Parts: sequence; structure tokens; C-alpha cells
Amino acid sequence: MNMLEGIRIIDFTRYAAGPQITLTLAFMGAEVIRVESNVELDHFRRPESAVSYGSQRAASDSFNTLNLNKLSVTINLKTGEGVELAKRLVSIGDVVVDNFRPGVMDRLGLGYDVLKKINPDIIMLSASSHGSVGPERSYSAYAVTFGPLGGVSHVTGYEDGKPAVTRASADLRPGTTAAFAILAALIHRQDTGEGQFIDFSAREAITCGIGEIIMDYTMNGRVRGRRGNRDDVMAPHNCYRCKGDDKWISIAISNNDEWRALTSAMGSSEWAFDERFADQYVRWQYQDEIDRLIEAWTINYTDYELMEMLQEVGVAAVPSFDSEELFTDPHCRERQCYVPTEHYEEGELYAVAPPWKFSETPAVAASAAPQLGEHNGYVFGDLLGMPQDEIRRLADEYVLY
Amino acid sequence: MPKSALGGVKALELCQMVAGPYCTKLMGDLGAKVVKIEPPRCGDIARRSPPFFHDTPDVEGSGLFLYLNTSKLGVTLDVTKSTGKSIFIDLVKDADILVEDNPPGWMAEHGLGYDDLKAINPGLIMTSITPFGQTGPYRDYKAHSLNVFQGSGEGYLTPGGPENMGRPPLRLGTFVGEYDSGMNAANATLGALFHKKRTGTGQWIDISKQEAIMSLNRLDMARFANEGEVITRARLGAPYGGVLPCKDGYTVFITWEAEQWDKLVHFMGDPEWARDEMFQDYADRYRYGEVLNALLTEWLMNYTKEELYHRGQEAGIAFGMVFTSKDLVESEHLKAREFFVDVDHPRTGTLKYPGAPYKFSETPWCIVRPAPTLGEHNEDIFVKRLGRSKQEIVKLYEAGVI
Repeated sequence: MNMLEGIRIIDFTRYAAGPQITLTLAFMGAEVIRVESNVELDHFRRPESAVSYGSQRAASDSFNTLNLNKLSVTINLKTGEGVELAKRLVSIGDVVVDNFRPGVMDRLGLGYDVLKKINPDIIMLSASSHGSVGPERSYSAYAVTFGPLGGVSHVTGYEDGKPAVTRASADLRPGTTAAFAILAALIHRQDTGEGQFIDFSAREAITCGIGEIIMDYTMNGRVRGRRGNRDDVMAPHNCYRCKGDDKWISIAISNNDEWRALTSAMGSSEWAFDERFADQYVRWQYQDEIDRLIEAWTINYTDYELMEMLQEVGVAAVPSFDSEELFTDPHCRERQCYVPTEHYEEGELYAVAPPWKFSETPAVAASAAPQLGEHNGYVFGDLLGMPQDEIRRLADEYVLY
Repeated sequence: MPKSALGGVKALELCQMVAGPYCTKLMGDLGAKVVKIEPPRCGDIARRSPPFFHDTPDVEGSGLFLYLNTSKLGVTLDVTKSTGKSIFIDLVKDADILVEDNPPGWMAEHGLGYDDLKAINPGLIMTSITPFGQTGPYRDYKAHSLNVFQGSGEGYLTPGGPENMGRPPLRLGTFVGEYDSGMNAANATLGALFHKKRTGTGQWIDISKQEAIMSLNRLDMARFANEGEVITRARLGAPYGGVLPCKDGYTVFITWEAEQWDKLVHFMGDPEWARDEMFQDYADRYRYGEVLNALLTEWLMNYTKEELYHRGQEAGIAFGMVFTSKDLVESEHLKAREFFVDVDHPRTGTLKYPGAPYKFSETPWCIVRPAPTLGEHNEDIFVKRLGRSKQEIVKLYEAGVI
């Protein structure tokens, strides 16, 4: 039995943050039914996506990796019959997830108050950029703006550079966090039979990941800025250029033993015992100079050579892996970090595997992302028991569309 | 007392720094009874990590520790000593969950591996968090938070922007990858807990921080495998726009959808240059992103980040602003949402802490208690719960066990 076997999720999410919520639950074995429509396609199914991702295959890849293990139905929510069908789905569901702007589900006639009447123990999570209350509730945001809004961009970058733009991971972090809230609500429902509504704010999820930076302000009034890879305590603590094109190794030294191990691996006894580098504090003060000395050495070796050489003597050294290195890396191979899936148009597409290894209930990427409306027959016919000619009529009338 | 989502769940934590403690904080703030076990005398390394209250180093004054250990009881215990081990086993007997972050093999070496503990408590969920997981050639590799983040593929992409090529890859925030790992471990643990509630079966969960962060970058990480493309820092998250300078700092915006471009042009007052042929098509705007950004910046420099944020949103464009920690704490929106919460701690008095991004209608999130002082609950746990005598506790303290 899978962990979430028998749990059915009615999924109204699009883009990346929302689909990451239901992907997390689908990896655990929940039955996730994506409610989609030709009227408003998921961004990754639109033609613009092929432009911004460079090719149709790359756009399909993006959609695929976020929607593994899920089912897809098409319902046109701009029609009355479509909304009624969505309600029927909710009546056989356990969890409803949406990432529309606050108020949209209410306007569609699918607000929590309505759904609760249909299914009293339903759990509903509405994920939005800014949450469903507060003066900025109707503001829109995307991964690129979540990092700045959440406070992480201001503290990411070079001292002399601008705040970092955030990538898709800034969507997936909140998505993962929202899945946690749903799991907690499922446990509560398992204990008590009670469902509930969860208001989720993506920008706040980003802020939760810089707790110590907020605390420095609330404790000391200090506004932290950008400082590259500098640590408060450790030094050296940076990425150093290696042999090859744009290849780097990260090295972090936390005590004198590691420092001696590093310098002896470098064969640089003369300055290893330099008074100025004798303890962590002076090393921290002279770290720019030390960084130059280290880089003059690392440039002669590949990132893998350095990792092996330094790990051997107990120094924390790990390459700044690119996606080619990760895909071909022996460690990732052995742990099966990538899994092949069979996509309906693109054929074999690899995806990053579920990020947990369970001893009893393995999480798997069992199937590729669904084709649009691929499961209309199963969901409307088998689950809702609608006759074939009714399904056909609704398709002809652009309700199942 | 209000209802809590995880009320009645009993968890033990044998972790330090960020990832493991964050995992159990997430559960504790939803009502789980978490007992944090720290090494005697020095405690969790996070206690010695900045920022310190009033910049005064003190094991009770670390902002990092205080934030990450709310809603927990705290004991000190050396589980490698024989009495310490037997006390630990007493605690495990009664627990639903154990979260630990020791190097692979360390627990088993001390007779506390999953098989040993399962024999005592068959329903136990044991979550083990390590940089590279329990198996594979790198399982014993040493990695601090910088190394983990760089090893996950996201470091290589940070910070994005062609101007950053040739400069070293960076980390995100300070410990973002560690928080990610803790969150990921918490998800797995709750999944297993749900399963245990339905079937009675416990299990061992192997969490690799590398995989946790890779998974958050799933959109970029398989591009080589599938399209033969190695994404680099040169590739921005936005075709144009993104973080750009303005009058008093930095603004950020993105026009993901084709129609948002028209709104942006209108917002700028329909400048002459926007009619240029090279900007009429989505694909062309993407191609000429650099030219476009230079023109946009010229206009943006006339406005403050607040003006652009609010007026841009009114105009229907996804503007943001680069919030500092101060901006966040002072944000009217976050105040209205009561995102920051007051926590009273004996060393610091009342301070604002970040809250949670979820608001439950029936089982509210809440910081039940401030982070424990070192060994604060030794008597509660060892004497009142486990029935050891007070004299024994003194002896154990003298022996360095607690």
C-alpha cells in the first residue's frame, strides 16, 4: 500500500508552484486529477513556453517533470455545467488545491463555503502569491519575483553586484511547503474526521527560509545585504575555479584540522603555517588573500580530482555540479536520482526522482505527465458513472473542453 | 487550548544546525510534542552561530537557534555513553518519530541503528538527514551548507545573469538549501506518519540534502538528459525585466504572458521606442532582452521601488520589489496577515519571529513555547516522564551524560 493510496486530490493548479504541491502528493501515491481546459491552458502547454524554453521538447519536459503520476480531465469552468461537474468531482475527493488569485474560486462558484456543503470533510488549500487576506492579496507574482518579495534576493549576490534573480526553484519551494500543510491537515482529518481550509502565501514561504536574517534585524536592527559566499564563522568558504570551462569547487573550512588538511593537500607548507592564518579568526580576516592562494592551486585540477583529493583528507569539498555532471555522476547513478518516463509525444524523458527513500513505501515516478483530457473517460465514466453519450454530448458542447 | 493538526504526535530530534531542527520545528509549531536532544555542555552548534542578541555571544542568544527550535522541549544527553543510551532508548519506546542527522553508520555503530530501534518500537518512523544520503559513493563525504548547495546543481545557477559568468557560483541566502532539506524531510515524515496511522507500520526514511535541492530544481536539472543543454548562470529566469535598478534600489518585474507586454507599454506612457519592430513579438523581445532592459532601466530610474511595486500591480503587471529584512518586518501587508509573531524568551525578552505561510481554519499554527534553554527540560523528561530520581540526575550531570 502506498502512503497516500486512496486519497484523491482535485487539482486546479497551473504553472509551477501549484503543480509542485500536487506532485509531492502524487509521488506519495495520491490520485491527483488535474482539472484543465483548452479555454485557459497551463502555461507550460502554451506555444509561448516553447519560445521561452527554447524548443517544444523543452516545454514538454518542463510540464512533464511537474506533472508526473497525475491524471488530466478537461472541464470548461466558464460554463454552468462545467462548474457542476467540478463540484461532482469535489464530492468524491479528499483534497482540493488551487493557485488562482484569491477570489477566483469564489467567483467560479467553487469557494470553500460551497465545496464544504458538497463534501463536509474536504480539505482545501488555496495557494497564492500573497495570501487571501491583506492589502496586496490581489497582486500577482512569479518565481522571478518571489525571491525579491520574500527577502532572499536582497541577501544573494556579490557584494558589488545586484540582488539575484530567482529561478523556478522559487516556485517549487513554496509548493513543497504547501504540500506539508496538506499532509498535516490529512493527519488531522484521519484523527478527527474534520476537514479545513488553508490559506497559503508563497512569498511568506520564501521568507521562512531566511529566519536568521530576519532575526538579525529584529534582535539587532541589522539589515543584511549581499556578501557572496562569505560565512559568519567559516573561512575559507567559497567556490574556486578549476580546470575546464566554468568549472568550480566549493571548499568550506570549519576548524584548524581541516585547514591543515587542506594546506597539506595543496603542498603549501610555507604559508600554511603563516602566523596570519593560524586560527579561524585571522583566516576569516584574510580570506580574500587566502581565496587567491587557493584558486591558484585549484585551477590546475578538475573539480572531480579536487573533490576526491580533499574528501580523502577530510576537507568538505564538493564541485559546483552542473546538470550534465549530476546526470552522469556515479553517486547520482547509484541512488537513481534521475528516472526515465515515457512521454506521449516526446518519448523518453528523464525526470528528477522523488527526493525520499522510504524503506516500506517507496515513492516512485510511475507515469509521465498526462495528455490534456487523457482521463476524461476514466474520471467521468468510471468514477462519476456518467453514460458515454452524456460524456460525448458534453464534449460536443465544449463543456468537457 | 485550540486544536492542533499534529496534537498527540510524539517526536524526538537528535540534530544540530538547520535542516533537522527545521524539520521538527515545522511539526512542533503544528502541535507535535518534540523533544530536542542536545550534546551536554555545548549543545547544538547553532547555539554558537550568529546572529547573537545584541551581538553578545551566548548559547541562549543565537537568533538562528531561537528561530529553529520553537515549540520544542530540550534535554541534554550523551547517547554514546551507556546510561545516556539507555535513557535515549526509553524515549524511543514512546515516540512516533525520530529525526536524526548523524553521519551514515554513526547510529548503528552506537547500537542505535534503525534495526536496533525497530526492535524496541516496531512502529517507529526514523528520518535520517545527511548531505548525500545513506548509500552511494559519496555517503561519507563531508559537506557544509555551502558544499551541499553547490553539489545540488542550484549553486551552479546562482546568481543568474550573463554578467555573472566568470565569477564564482554562490549560495542562496545563507542556509536556504538546509531549510529546503528540512522541509523535504518533514514532508516525508508526515507521509510516513499518515501511513502509520492507517496501517501501524513504521519505517526508515533516507533523506539526501543533495536530492532535496535537486528536486526543487527539477525544471533545470534534467535539461541535459533530455535536450542535451547544460543550463548556466547566463540563462536568466526572465527573458527581459527581472531585477533592475530604480531610483532608490532595485525593482523586479516579469511579463510572462504575451498580453502583459501591452500593459507594460501602456504603464510607461507608450514611449516611442516601444513601437520599434524588434519588440513587437514575444520571441523577439526575448531575443533582444539586453537592449530592452537598457531602455526599461532608463525609465525605471525615475521611480522608487515602492511606487513601481504598487502602481505596476495596479496596471496589471507582475511587479515586485527587492525587500530587505527591514522592509519585510515593516510591510503593511505582512502586518495585516500577522505573519510576524511575538515570542517571549527568557534571554531576549519579546522579539518578532517569522511565522508560517499557511493559515489553517481549524487547527491554527502557533509557536507553543520559545526555544528551550540548554537542558531546560531535563527534570521534566528524565524525572517526571521517565521516573529517574533527582539524585540520579545529579550523578548523570557530574558524569557528563546529561
